[in-house]
Amino acid sequence: MAMAPETPNARRPRDRAPAPRTAGAGDTVRDLALRWDTAVGALLVAVFVVGLGSTDGFASGENLAFAFNDIVEVALIALPMTLLVVAGQVDLSVASMLGLGSALTGALWNAGWAFELIVPVVLLTGVAGGLLNGWLVTRVGLPSLAVTIGTLALYRGLASVVLGSDAVTDFPRVYADWAVDTSTVPGTFLTYPVVLFLVLAAATAVLLHSTAFGRSLFAIGAQEEAAYFAGIRVKRFKLILFVVTGLLSAFAGIVFTLRYGSARADNGIGFEMLVIASVLLGGVDFDGGKGTLFGAVAGVLLIGVLKNLLTLNDVPNEVQVIVTGLLLVASVLTPRVVAAVVERRHRREAGALPTGLAGRTGSES
Amino acid sequence: MNEPVPETGPRPAPVLALKDVSKSFGAVRALRDVSLQLFPGEAHALAGENGAGKSTLIKTLAGVHRPDSGEVLVDGEPVVFHGPADARDAGIAVIYQEPTLFPDLSIAENIFMGRQPRRSLGRIDRRAVRETTAALMKRLGVELDPDRSARGLSIADQQIVEIAKALSFEARVLIMDEPTAALTGSETARLFSVVRTLRAEGAAVLFISHRLEEIFELCRRVTILRDGRWISSRPLAGLTEDDLVRAMVGRDLGELYPKQGTDVGETALSVRRLTREGVFRDVCFDVRRGEIVALAGLVGAGRSEVAQAVFGVDRADAGEVLVNGRALPGGSPTAAMAAGLALVPEDRRQRGLVMDMSIERNIALTGLGRLGRCGLVRRALERGRAADWAVRLQLKYNRLADPVGVLSGGNQQKVVLAKWLATEPVVLIVDEPTRGIDVGTKAEVHRLLSSLAAEGLAVLMISSDLPEVLGMADRVLVMHEGRLTAEIPRSEATEESVMTAATGRDTKAAA
Ligand SMILES: Nc1ncnc2c1ncn2[C@@H]1O[C@H](COP(=O)(O)OP(=O)(O)OP(=O)(O)O)[C@@H](O)[C@H]1O
Ligand SMILES: [Mg+2]
Repeated sequence: MAMAPETPNARRPRDRAPAPRTAGAGDTVRDLALRWDTAVGALLVAVFVVGLGSTDGFASGENLAFAFNDIVEVALIALPMTLLVVAGQVDLSVASMLGLGSALTGALWNAGWAFELIVPVVLLTGVAGGLLNGWLVTRVGLPSLAVTIGTLALYRGLASVVLGSDAVTDFPRVYADWAVDTSTVPGTFLTYPVVLFLVLAAATAVLLHSTAFGRSLFAIGAQEEAAYFAGIRVKRFKLILFVVTGLLSAFAGIVFTLRYGSARADNGIGFEMLVIASVLLGGVDFDGGKGTLFGAVAGVLLIGVLKNLLTLNDVPNEVQVIVTGLLLVASVLTPRVVAAVVERRHRREAGALPTGLAGRTGSES
Repeated sequence: MNEPVPETGPRPAPVLALKDVSKSFGAVRALRDVSLQLFPGEAHALAGENGAGKSTLIKTLAGVHRPDSGEVLVDGEPVVFHGPADARDAGIAVIYQEPTLFPDLSIAENIFMGRQPRRSLGRIDRRAVRETTAALMKRLGVELDPDRSARGLSIADQQIVEIAKALSFEARVLIMDEPTAALTGSETARLFSVVRTLRAEGAAVLFISHRLEEIFELCRRVTILRDGRWISSRPLAGLTEDDLVRAMVGRDLGELYPKQGTDVGETALSVRRLTREGVFRDVCFDVRRGEIVALAGLVGAGRSEVAQAVFGVDRADAGEVLVNGRALPGGSPTAAMAAGLALVPEDRRQRGLVMDMSIERNIALTGLGRLGRCGLVRRALERGRAADWAVRLQLKYNRLADPVGVLSGGNQQKVVLAKWLATEPVVLIVDEPTRGIDVGTKAEVHRLLSSLAAEGLAVLMISSDLPEVLGMADRVLVMHEGRLTAEIPRSEATEESVMTAATGRDTKAAA
């Protein structure tokens, strides 16, 4: 049907042309909030540079290979987690699924399975776990936080059932070599899992920011009902996200197992917090609808580099945890403080500020 | 910029006034040196086009916004409201343009939010809450259960709850931002009679509506804003609707309901015995290409519910929907869109728009598949499409990348329309297409609908605005309590015949 809009000049509206694109205070606030991810990226670079200057051994190829490989599971899971959080969902069961993947790998290896057969079975388990999460959220209609707190316990419990408290450690070198930090892509300090992560990160960035699927996730996270009314398959999209998250978590379980040469049911306990912390640190809004993949990746790498630097400088583990915590609090706080300051300055510039108002910041922001 | 002298005789001091108030949002100057005086016992209208600054003015009076310069005066004394609570304590009750209810609370709880009557030990007196609510509902002449949760209320019902909220305390000033936009004649009449009583008791009323006849019916004086500037404040007596429009838009306006004669083509949409238990039953009708069919009825008759079941966002219990002769699978808006259906929902805040998303992305949301190749979205196409529609619908905005939530109410409505017209539908269902749209643009939207119909679009229009129904529709379907009670051709459609069928006084007579 011939309904394409007519050429703009055909019906040039009376003096209604959009106002010139001057940036006012409102824009600055918004732009700053948007640029939070860039700030985290800059901080990452800064920490890196400081590390180069201050810490012996930081810049060596072996150390960098170790540093990045050391957080590769968290980084891998952070990719689908970013998509989930953008869509207003969360999955707390990821670390348990990592443990289940690891335990299953060990148990099947003990039972004499070929490794080539173990991998697809573990991945399928991840898919099944994701399906269960997704089904409970989309069909039964439970909130994802509640569902995945439940499956967090369930999957960890299953891991213990599968392997008990044993550790399986006799994996042959030919598989382990794929994951450990002593073997890198020739000529670089990138390990194979890190390279895989980089490829997946690029693909996820395109998916989130340049495809119809990604756009839909933002809409779902910001206003689910409006997304549904716009014909977006809200439930299906959410289900897909949970499945992919389960899949990558199980895969991360295999990587973890090979990297440490040890399959245990309690592998990766508490990783879900690290994953979610990285994503939030990167500026992805926990309420959904806002964030960038770049920010999330910068968040993970920042946490990884900091951890490595602190370890190299013999800072005890407890202090490292505190640093990560402070970083997270700062990441939530800073954008708001900045917005408040800008708003206040704007008021002052606007002049004629009624007395008694100077200390207050806008309620309309 | 001084107020003109009051019409006659001595007047009491204004209860509430604005003096040379300015307010900007970034580069947008929403109010510039605006003054306004509200006297006890007067009903005062505030008129202006979409984006003229009416809601901003009201939010300034209500303590939501603080003016950049100028002052707010209560009983002649300058005051500073630190928030809506301060304004409320000063006796100012406000009904905002968009209802802002807590969906998980009951109607009664919503009405008394933040100021619940207490019993001893600070316990909330639930009985008093419920009984007072029931009394308010009775006063407004509506049947809403005070214990029902606010979730899922129609816009009109939400608006009524907001009205009840504003009436529930002894207000000296009642401010209403388009309270009637989703109401039909009978609810509006009820509201007006309540407002008149308040006014007779000495309250001042500030009223906004894009339905000019309502302004003349209720108010004595009018203040006109244009592009954030004060244009005039004067008595309405002696003015005509045309005078008002000219003052608002600064020029003459064309014909109001530009209905084009069209050739009616084959059936595009057939609805067969559609039933949703307890909501509507056995609804049957056809809409043909080139035809505008209006669905009229009182609030609560089930019109929006039928539209939603047709589009598939709600599931029907029985019956079928055919587009171009092919049955739609129930319960899938995606399938409905693929078949060429579009639904412009009534509730733009929850359903029509993603408020935090940019204007261009909102418009793109319904056509993501078509804005690029292989699932990739081409930003240039996206922006181009938004820019074209912005011009076509005369959207007033700062940047296309701004969140749609900062637009004025009427401009948000235009974005919803753009979003759906951009899908190039075969059948367009519009639920209150001009809710909150000013006269000038309303005529523009009507011209658009009319020309789209002339090009072969089938339009099903739900509207509470009777002149709009009579002016635009080729046929009027009337619903009463969940059933289609009449089908009235254009030639026989009058205010009377439609209202008779809508109130169920005389079913089938006109069919
Ligand atoms: N919070 C905000 N941030 C930025 N701009 C805003 C904000 N609120 C309003 N505006 C802008 O101020 C102008 C006046 O808006 P306002 O809502 O007061 O118009 P209105 O007269 O109520 O229009 P309508 O009839 O469409 O409701 C518009 O250009 C609008 O985009
Ligand atoms: Mg408004």
